[in-house]
Amino acid sequence: MGFLEKLGFKKKESLEAGLEKSREGIVGKLSRAIAGKDKVDDEVLDDLEEILIRSDVGVPTTLKIIKRVEERVARDKYLNSSELQRILREEIITLLKENTLERPAEFDAELPNHPHVVLIVGVNGVGKTTTIGKLANLYKLAGKSVVLGAADTFRAAAVQQLTIWSQRAGVPIIQQGQGADPAAVAYDTVAAAKSRNADVVLIDTAGRLHNKTALMDELTKIKRVIGKIVNDSPHEVILVLDASTGQNAMLQAKAFTQAVDITGLALTKLDGTARGGIVIGISSELNVPVKYIGVGEKIEDLQIFDRISFVEALFKD
Amino acid sequence: MFDDLSGRFGSAFKSLSGQSKITDVNIAESVREIRRALLDADVNYEVAREFTRKIKAEADGSGVLQSVSPGQQFTKIVYDELIFTLGGQKEEIRFANVPPTVILIAGLQGSGKTTFAAKLAKYLKDKKYIPMLAAADVYRPAAVEQLKTLAAQINVPVFSLEEKNALKVAKEALNEARKQACNVLIVDTAGRLHVDSEMMDEVAAIKDAIKPNEILFVVDSMTGQDAVNTAREFNTRIDFDGVVLTKLDGDTRGGAALSIKKVVEKPIKFISTGEKLDALSEFYPDRMAQRILGMGDVVSLVEKAQAQFDEQEARKLQSKIRTDSFNLEDFYEQLQQIKKMGSMQDLMGMIPGMGNALKNVEVGDDTLKPIEAIINSMTPEERRKPELLNGNRKRRIATGSGTTVRDVNELMKQFEQMKKMMKTMQKMGGMGRAMHGLKNMVATKRR
Repeated sequence: MGFLEKLGFKKKESLEAGLEKSREGIVGKLSRAIAGKDKVDDEVLDDLEEILIRSDVGVPTTLKIIKRVEERVARDKYLNSSELQRILREEIITLLKENTLERPAEFDAELPNHPHVVLIVGVNGVGKTTTIGKLANLYKLAGKSVVLGAADTFRAAAVQQLTIWSQRAGVPIIQQGQGADPAAVAYDTVAAAKSRNADVVLIDTAGRLHNKTALMDELTKIKRVIGKIVNDSPHEVILVLDASTGQNAMLQAKAFTQAVDITGLALTKLDGTARGGIVIGISSELNVPVKYIGVGEKIEDLQIFDRISFVEALFKD
Repeated sequence: MFDDLSGRFGSAFKSLSGQSKITDVNIAESVREIRRALLDADVNYEVAREFTRKIKAEADGSGVLQSVSPGQQFTKIVYDELIFTLGGQKEEIRFANVPPTVILIAGLQGSGKTTFAAKLAKYLKDKKYIPMLAAADVYRPAAVEQLKTLAAQINVPVFSLEEKNALKVAKEALNEARKQACNVLIVDTAGRLHVDSEMMDEVAAIKDAIKPNEILFVVDSMTGQDAVNTAREFNTRIDFDGVVLTKLDGDTRGGAALSIKKVVEKPIKFISTGEKLDALSEFYPDRMAQRILGMGDVVSLVEKAQAQFDEQEARKLQSKIRTDSFNLEDFYEQLQQIKKMGSMQDLMGMIPGMGNALKNVEVGDDTLKPIEAIINSMTPEERRKPELLNGNRKRRIATGSGTTVRDVNELMKQFEQMKKMMKTMQKMGGMGRAMHGLKNMVATKRR
C-alpha cells in the first residue's frame, strides 16, 4: 500500500506501539466500565463520558458522541459491551475526515503541482522543525527532490536546527539567517525550487501563539508572497499540533485556519500521551483531515494518518 | 470557546439571583456549569469532580448571609476554592547556604525549557546574582546554539561540551561555576517523554550527580488532560520542587496548572508569558484563579478604588448625582482620582471581560489627556454649567485644547451618558459599572 511498507518499515506495529497508551486509556477503561454488564445504562454512559473527556476529546464532541450512542441505545435497548465498542468505533470514524486526492498523504504519490509547496505552521514548541526534517527525509526516500526554506528567522538557532536536518536528509536549504524577513525567505525558497525544478518545497515558520495578531498577519503575508511565484501556492498548509495539547488546540486550529486556511494537521508526540483525542474534536468541528502523526523520535515514526487503523488501534483488545 | 466562559459563569451564578438562599435545587445547575467550564479549561477530570463536590458541600453549609446575594456568595466560594487548589500562598525558589545554588530544569519536548532557562538567568541577574547556564540538552539539533544565542543577549556565560554526554556537561559545569565564582548554576536538559525510561534515567542520574537545590518542572500551559500523568511521572522520578507554566500569553485558561498542583502537591513558582527574555513572572495563585474564572482582577481593582475614594467625597458625589448637579468640574475631579489608581493599561486589564477585549490594544496613560485638555480649555462657568456651550464656545475650546469641535461634542455626549449611567449605578450600587462607562469612553476616544 504505502511506500513505508515498501521500504520495509513496520507501519502497523509502530502505530500500535505508539498508541499503546491511548488504547489503554480508552479501551481499558471502557472494558472495566462495562465489565459484568449486559446492557448500556446511565452508569455506562457516565463512564463513557469520563473516558472521552480524559482523552481530551473535549466537552462538545463528547456530548455529540454520547448523544449518538444514546439514540442508538434507545432504539435497541439490549446492547452489550462489544456492540457498544463497535458503535463507538463507527461514530469516531465518521467524525474523522479523510485525506483527498488533490493533497495526497503518500510520499510517493504523483503530485498535482510542480513544485508542490507546503507551508508548516503552529504554536511554539509543537515540533514544526522536527516534522519538516522528517518529511524531507521521507519525500527524499520516495524519490522526490526537496527544497527546505528556513523562514523561522525568529527563534534562536532555529535556522541551524533546520540546517542540520537538511544535511541529514541531503536536501538543499534556503536561508538568510536569524532576523531576516520570513516572507523574503519563503519567496526565495519557492523561487529557488522553481528554477531548480524541485518536486516539493517545505517551508518552516516560527512558532507563534495564535492570539498574536501581528504574528498571524505575518503568516498571511508569507502565504500571499509565495502565491506570487507559483500559482495557488502554498498547496498545503499543515498545522502541527502537540498531541498532549488540550482544548486550546481547537482555538489554535480556528485561528490558523482564519489566517492561512490550513489544509491538514500533523499530530506530534503521540507516543508520549494517553490522549490524541483532540484530533477527533478538531477533525469533526473544523472539517480538516489529520494528515500525519508522529509516534516517536525516529524518521519513520512520522506516519501517514489512516483514520480506520487509528481507530482500530484505539479499540484493539 | 473560552471567550464565553466568564459569560457562562455569569449565567451559572445568575440562576441563583432572586433566590434568597442557596439550596440543593437551585445550586445544581450552577455546579454543572462550573464543572463543564473547568473541563473546557483542561482541568483534570478527577480534580474537576473533586472541586465541584467541595464547592457544593461548602455552599450547602453556608446558609443565609444578609449582605450578599446567593450568586455573589457562590462566586466567592468558587473563587476561594480555586485559590486553595492552586496553592494558596506564593512560593519562592530555594537558594543554597553555600553557593553555587544549582537549579535543574526538566520537562517534555517543546515545553519551553531553554527559553525559560535564559529567562530565569536574566531574572536572577536582575536580582544581583551571578548565574551560569549549562547546556545539557545534547540531543536536539542546535539546542546548544539556541541557549548560547539567548545567553549572549543577557550576557550570561554558558557551559557546554562537544561531547554528547549530558551527565558530564552537568558535572563539569558545576566545577566551572565554582571556578568562575558564579553563585547560581542553571542546568538546561533535553526534553524527554515521561514514558521514555532511558531518558528518565538520565535526568535522575544528573540529579544524583549535581544535587540540585531546586528542580523545576516546566510545563506548557496548553497541555490537556495528560498534564497530571506527566507531572506525576516526573515527580516520582526526580521529586521536583516547583512547577513553571509556560506560554501563558496565549489564550489558554491553564486548567493544567490547577490540576498539577492538586495532584503532585508541588507549588507553581513561575509563569512565562512571552517571547522576550523579561517575560517571566512569579506565580500568584489568586491571579491564576481569576484567569481560570475569566473574571479579571476585580479584587485589586476594588482595593485600589477604596484606597483612593474616601467616604466623604463619595457621599458628596452621590448627592450631586441625585440632585442632577454633577458637572464637568466633578467629572474632572473624578478623572484625577482614577489616574491616581495606576496605569490605564493595568486598570483596564483588571476589569472583567476587558482582558480579552484589550489583548491587542495599547491603552496609554495619555488616553485621558485630550479629555483633560478640553475641560481645561473651558471657563469655570462653562464647567459648572455645560449647557452654556454653543457653537462659538465649542470652537474656542477646540482651538484651545488642540482638538476639533467633533471631539468636544463627543466628550459632551459621553459626559451626558456617564451622568445617566451614574444615576442608574447609584440605584444598583457597584463600582464595575462606572468602570464600564470609562471603558466605553476610552474605546470611543481611540476611534
